[in-house]
Amino acid sequence: MSHSRFLSLSRFRALLIKEFIQMRRDRITFAMMLAVPLMQLVLFGYAINSDPKYLPAALVTTSQDHYTRAMVSALEMTDYYRFEHVVGSVREAEALMARGDVVFVVTIPSDFARKVDRGERAQILIEADATDPSVASGAISTLSTVASRALLRERGITPTEAEANRQLEVVVHRRYNPEGISHYNIVPGLLGVILTMTMVMMTSIALTRERERGTMENLLAMPASPLEIMLGKILPYFVVGAVQVAVVLIASSLLFDIPFVGRMWLLLLAVLIFVMALVLLGYTISTVANTQMQALQLTFFFFLPSILLSGFMFPFRGMPFWAQWVGEIFPLTHFLRVVRAVMLKGADMPAVAFEIAVLAGFILAYAAIALTRFRRTLD
Amino acid sequence: MHAIDVHGLVKRFGEKTVVDHVSMMVEQGEIVGFLGPNGSGKTTTIRIMCGLLTPDEGGGRVLGYDLVTEALKIKREVGYMTQRFSFYEDLTIAENLEFVARLYELRPVREHVDRTLEDLGLTSRRNQLAGTLSGGWKQRLALAACIMHKPKLLLLDEPTAGVDPKARRDFWDEIHRLAAEGLTVLVSTHYMDEAERCHRISYISYGKLLATGTVSGVVREAGLVTFVVEGPGLERMVSEIARLPGVEQVAPFGATLHVVGSDEKLLSDSLAVIASRPGVTVTRGDTSLEDVFIQFMSKAQDNMA
Repeated sequence: MSHSRFLSLSRFRALLIKEFIQMRRDRITFAMMLAVPLMQLVLFGYAINSDPKYLPAALVTTSQDHYTRAMVSALEMTDYYRFEHVVGSVREAEALMARGDVVFVVTIPSDFARKVDRGERAQILIEADATDPSVASGAISTLSTVASRALLRERGITPTEAEANRQLEVVVHRRYNPEGISHYNIVPGLLGVILTMTMVMMTSIALTRERERGTMENLLAMPASPLEIMLGKILPYFVVGAVQVAVVLIASSLLFDIPFVGRMWLLLLAVLIFVMALVLLGYTISTVANTQMQALQLTFFFFLPSILLSGFMFPFRGMPFWAQWVGEIFPLTHFLRVVRAVMLKGADMPAVAFEIAVLAGFILAYAAIALTRFRRTLD
Repeated sequence: MHAIDVHGLVKRFGEKTVVDHVSMMVEQGEIVGFLGPNGSGKTTTIRIMCGLLTPDEGGGRVLGYDLVTEALKIKREVGYMTQRFSFYEDLTIAENLEFVARLYELRPVREHVDRTLEDLGLTSRRNQLAGTLSGGWKQRLALAACIMHKPKLLLLDEPTAGVDPKARRDFWDEIHRLAAEGLTVLVSTHYMDEAERCHRISYISYGKLLATGTVSGVVREAGLVTFVVEGPGLERMVSEIARLPGVEQVAPFGATLHVVGSDEKLLSDSLAVIASRPGVTVTRGDTSLEDVFIQFMSKAQDNMA
């Protein structure tokens, strides 16, 4: 019988089987692996919407002419506005906004109809509650177009593109997602977020658990090499990651009708490299943490800035320069670029090669740290 | 060939020297007890011998393999039972054994596991989670798992801590049976009765090996004399006796006091005063291994201070 020093398939198999049994027996963790992607999908996909609609609004008007009515119905047709209050004075409207009862106040001056009839430039005032800037952005951006078209139509002029455009004040230009449906952006991003959270956490906990329960010492006293132990720990979570990817992709197609314009193999390649980087990061964390609690804390120390600075929560280009720079050090940032480019824009390999190479760089870095750290923890 | 032949082992953790030039020779088939207070370096020495730690200085051979360069070969032929139960509590008894069998590449796995379960008498409970076993059974399972691959050397780190007397007795019977078959055993313990069941003992303190030999040899070499004091009002006499010249230890044992010292003449002269009191008798007693170890420990503390 020949015994390989570094990698024996039989020993590796022993570690794999053991890990799968433990995974299966830990019901809560197992349920979490499947429940977390679904829960996050539903929460982020349905509940959290960065382009909110049916926002409560107040209308301040003193006249009930047909132009005003046309304006109001046109605004309501956009689905952004829901006029819940019609008041006669600005003061009343301001009180409503201060209480948070309405997000918008639309004021139509008393001379509005007269000016429109004369063909003069009429004014309306829209006040938006900007405490959460993202809330009103969509509503405001559609406003000027809708309002001017409605007016032209009401005066009996069929609005041509040219005429309508003359009065445009805000250019609305959304590529790849013309209707501004936010889960087109969120759901592919969620793939990255879910993998970041579960992969790093599961792997980091799995190894610290061995140390915390004292089984690590026994494992090392038996003929298992560091490489076998590392692979035996990592591979099962790789499989879990694959299941999660399948869940998210199927859900994104069935529940959210996310278009998939790119190549599946390219996406899967990126996922493979990304997951590899994550499990190695988890493994690296486990060589630093002494207890499962510490591993969890370190995971979240990594996870929070990941979702905040990667461009998942907030537009990456909207962040200050230093924050963008920090954001670059998270694998999630690069993965999001790849996944959005491939799924939504149909990007091909040359277009995402650089980001994929960066992800591969993380693998090398984490593997190097993990293996050197591990050797030290033997002593 | 000696099963263990190591010399000058040194292991430091930071500034602290945990193992300080320890040398040890163990014959094949011998049961050697490894004694010493908590934190004296027993566990670290054992870990070095099974290839878990590399010594900073020194070296030697375990089962004929070089300690430093052939650690993996040593691991294949050594059984190491850790102080704490270190098998998987969330795996069943059979799954734990299967895991060990596969790691040691024992084939066929099933046969090895079944035989071990039968020897243990755990065949009917094979699908029970290891975590639900009592302390005594966990220890039996751990021992069975450690010897499944037929090691030539068994390293046991305080194997009987927290195990009831009957289970301890059974455990030691098993150790002697294995030794009779040629297995070499190095076992660390705090229990004196267990030390007395070893062929030889080694005493370590603050990383230094202080004594080694048979139990009676170690006791004899310590050169201690013990007197047994009996009579009324012993409790009140303890502090008085402790202050007498030549008295190094005073310990109550039931209705008697054991007084220990290394200078027989001085001690007997001092105790003559006590013996002259009405109802008090002072007789010569046997020095126990425990007396010797207490002596070692107090001396070591003096050295540290």
